[in-house]
Amino acid sequence: MSTPSTPQPGNPTAQPSYLVDTGARKGLMAWLTTTDHKRIGLLYLYSMTVFFLIAMGVGFVMRLVQLTTFQKLITAQTYNALFTVHGVIMIFLFVIPGLPAVFGNFFLPILIGAKDVSFPRLNLLSWYFFMAGAILAVLSLFTGGGAPDTGWSFYAPFSLKTGTNVSLAVFAAFVLGFSSMLTGINFITTIHRLRAPGMKWFRMPLMCWALYSTAWIQLLATPIVAITLVLVILERFFGIGIFDPAKGGDPLLYQHLFWIYSHPAVYIMILPAMGAITEIIPTFAKRTIFGYKAIAFSSMAIAGVGSLVWAHHMFTSGMSSFAILLFSLLTMIVAVPSAVKVFNWVSTLYKGSIDFQPPLLFAMTFIFLFCIGGLTGVMQGALAINVHIHDTYFIVGHFHYVMFGGTGMAFFAALLYWFPKMWGKMYSKKAIYASWFPMFIGFNLLYFGMMILGMMGMPRRYYVHLPQFHTMHVVATVGSWLLVLGLLMFFGTLLYAILKGEKAEDNPWGGVSLEWTIPSPPPLENFEEIPIITHGPYHFEPQEGKS
Amino acid sequence: MNEHVHRDDFGSRLGMWLFLVTEMVLFGGLFIAYSYMRYRYPVEFHHGGGELNATLGIINTLVLLTSSLTVVLAIVAVQRAEKQRAMLFLGTTLVLGLTFLVIKSFEWAAKFHHGLYPNSPHLATLPPGEQVFFGLYFTMTGLHGLHVIAGLSVLGVMLWWVATDRIRQDRYVHLENGGLYWHLVDVIWIFLLPLFYLAA
Amino acid sequence: MSEHVEPSAEYSTDHQGDHHAEHPGYGTFIKVWVLLLILTGCLVGVSHLGQTAAVWGLLTLTPLKAGLVFYFFMHLRYEGPLFKVVVLVTLGTLLIFFALLFSDVAFH
Repeated sequence: MSTPSTPQPGNPTAQPSYLVDTGARKGLMAWLTTTDHKRIGLLYLYSMTVFFLIAMGVGFVMRLVQLTTFQKLITAQTYNALFTVHGVIMIFLFVIPGLPAVFGNFFLPILIGAKDVSFPRLNLLSWYFFMAGAILAVLSLFTGGGAPDTGWSFYAPFSLKTGTNVSLAVFAAFVLGFSSMLTGINFITTIHRLRAPGMKWFRMPLMCWALYSTAWIQLLATPIVAITLVLVILERFFGIGIFDPAKGGDPLLYQHLFWIYSHPAVYIMILPAMGAITEIIPTFAKRTIFGYKAIAFSSMAIAGVGSLVWAHHMFTSGMSSFAILLFSLLTMIVAVPSAVKVFNWVSTLYKGSIDFQPPLLFAMTFIFLFCIGGLTGVMQGALAINVHIHDTYFIVGHFHYVMFGGTGMAFFAALLYWFPKMWGKMYSKKAIYASWFPMFIGFNLLYFGMMILGMMGMPRRYYVHLPQFHTMHVVATVGSWLLVLGLLMFFGTLLYAILKGEKAEDNPWGGVSLEWTIPSPPPLENFEEIPIITHGPYHFEPQEGKS
Repeated sequence: MNEHVHRDDFGSRLGMWLFLVTEMVLFGGLFIAYSYMRYRYPVEFHHGGGELNATLGIINTLVLLTSSLTVVLAIVAVQRAEKQRAMLFLGTTLVLGLTFLVIKSFEWAAKFHHGLYPNSPHLATLPPGEQVFFGLYFTMTGLHGLHVIAGLSVLGVMLWWVATDRIRQDRYVHLENGGLYWHLVDVIWIFLLPLFYLAA
Repeated sequence: MSEHVEPSAEYSTDHQGDHHAEHPGYGTFIKVWVLLLILTGCLVGVSHLGQTAAVWGLLTLTPLKAGLVFYFFMHLRYEGPLFKVVVLVTLGTLLIFFALLFSDVAFH
């Protein structure tokens, strides 16, 4: 690709970095009213980090409760509220928006050679909706009947009857849905309309394909949960009866409608994560990705088939056997495109020129943990197994492997990879490696421990447990302490680097996609001139030096 | 160097269509819920439908169909730089939309008068399937009504923009987008009519 | 959009005229409106012929009316393939949700 004349840092005629206030407003107001996609990405990142740490704290307390079988630190009601809040914050405020909102916003325009997204002001509105939803969710903890105690899935009929503040919490989720949908609209339009000259569809970095597939899920699935949540509110306030058996309604209908969104939602969570991994691996293997088109198409296939499997969350709820059979089969099928990706990543590494760096470590951690999570998912898709482990800790272990070991680790990998570009600084690699050990060990003690507990029969969302489960609970809780230690070390290292880190070069990893051709941090409009693209995104020269 | 906010009418329409996708799925979810319940309670749905005023439903359909016509005629007028005509057509659209809302409010008022409203004592005496029918009726026509109000607000702004030449022959993508939204509101009603008033 | 390496159409100067080359006039839309009124009339008529006829009317005439609004009033006919694909994908998705849901409901 042609290299536009990139101004060197320190060049007085160069565009200032996006971190410098150049508009009419300065300081905090400049950030709160920005329409620059990079700043919006950071706004999401900073707010999301706060929410993650809060929810992590809630999880920490939940694990403490399991340490003492008979001396309870908190009441059962409080425990119910804790796991609800932990789930709502983690899922709606961190994992679902996660990679698209932070890295999609920051990098999508840069990756396709554009100066911003198609609708910059709509982008800012998306963040406002995100914050509004977050504030409403926090409010629901302290107003009305107190924090909801239904679990993050708000199942009818309990969610219709409980005196806790379900309506506000559910309305918060409704508002958050707007954030998601508007981002989806923005990304699809941006990819269709703003690719640089010569950037054909199959020359886009695969992160863009991941974001594109995700955006379609955001548009086609989110409104279903939006209307479902509205119906819950209408039921609670006006008793319309659609989920209430006494009035002819059906709680099973609630489950169907809820999961029609919430299953595709997990693909919203994982697809951008996989996209980030697909960006990282070629850079540290110094070769092009194995099977570009296979990965592009498998992203679309995961989005498509993933929308057909929702009722595998409902095998024990009273569905017809025919439906169970059908959904079980579809669930097996959806594993295939994911497996294709894993195969392609590993094949890219094989006989590559490996440059071992923190982003690669976390990318490989992702692959390992995601495989465990994914395979346990396939197990759960079989009815015979599902009947035994549904609503046990096995499920909890599974989804933490995919959501945390998967999306979470990929989020960290992406952060480590793009950190020097975003802030123009470098972190201490040793400190990151040091944080990895307690994180990895703690993670597996905690969540593999949960899967063992589940197979032994420990139900989920229970505030107490029988004595035979106690040992494993202790193991898991100790694991949670190691995990939290690792997380704090990780965040601490990065925070220190943002404030006082060493200056980073424009291309510390030797990457070849467009973001590595512009300064670190990027200038306000990304490119001095829009580049003209003449080849694919992972074009490594045989003897790779720094460009 | 500063042309990064360049005009892209096609992109603007694409964005609007993508937003309409979310609206289609939003109401689609309700239609799916309706079909689920109708399958379970065919007799009660039939009985419930008999309580509704089909004549008013049909009149409202004609009102909305005509309002769709007038909004698209307004666009043609703008394309031909016929400003007065455009404002006339847009104004007519607004009047028709308001007419729809007035008729709807009469319908609802009549229902309330007969004790047919969510959680009413009378409703509680009806068979469960019929309660669900009315729950869906109020929810779906209510949500649709909210969208009519939203659409009218948007079109009202469009009328003002035509009047102040912010929408003109060489720049009218916002009017097109407003029209698209209005047409979707019409399409939803096209489905609501038979589901509640005719084939129930 | 062309596939060879030149500044892609989106990046050249504004050209909002080209895909508006065909602007239907007042007459076209009025004809469509009359057709919609007729179809509504048919729908009402058919619904008086009994439950089954009413349902068939619902399943055929209503999508036809909606189709006319999409195709003419919403300009879908005059747009490129992208918008048509967008609408078809959406309707297809809803249809699949409906069908899979009924794999449960219909077999209870």
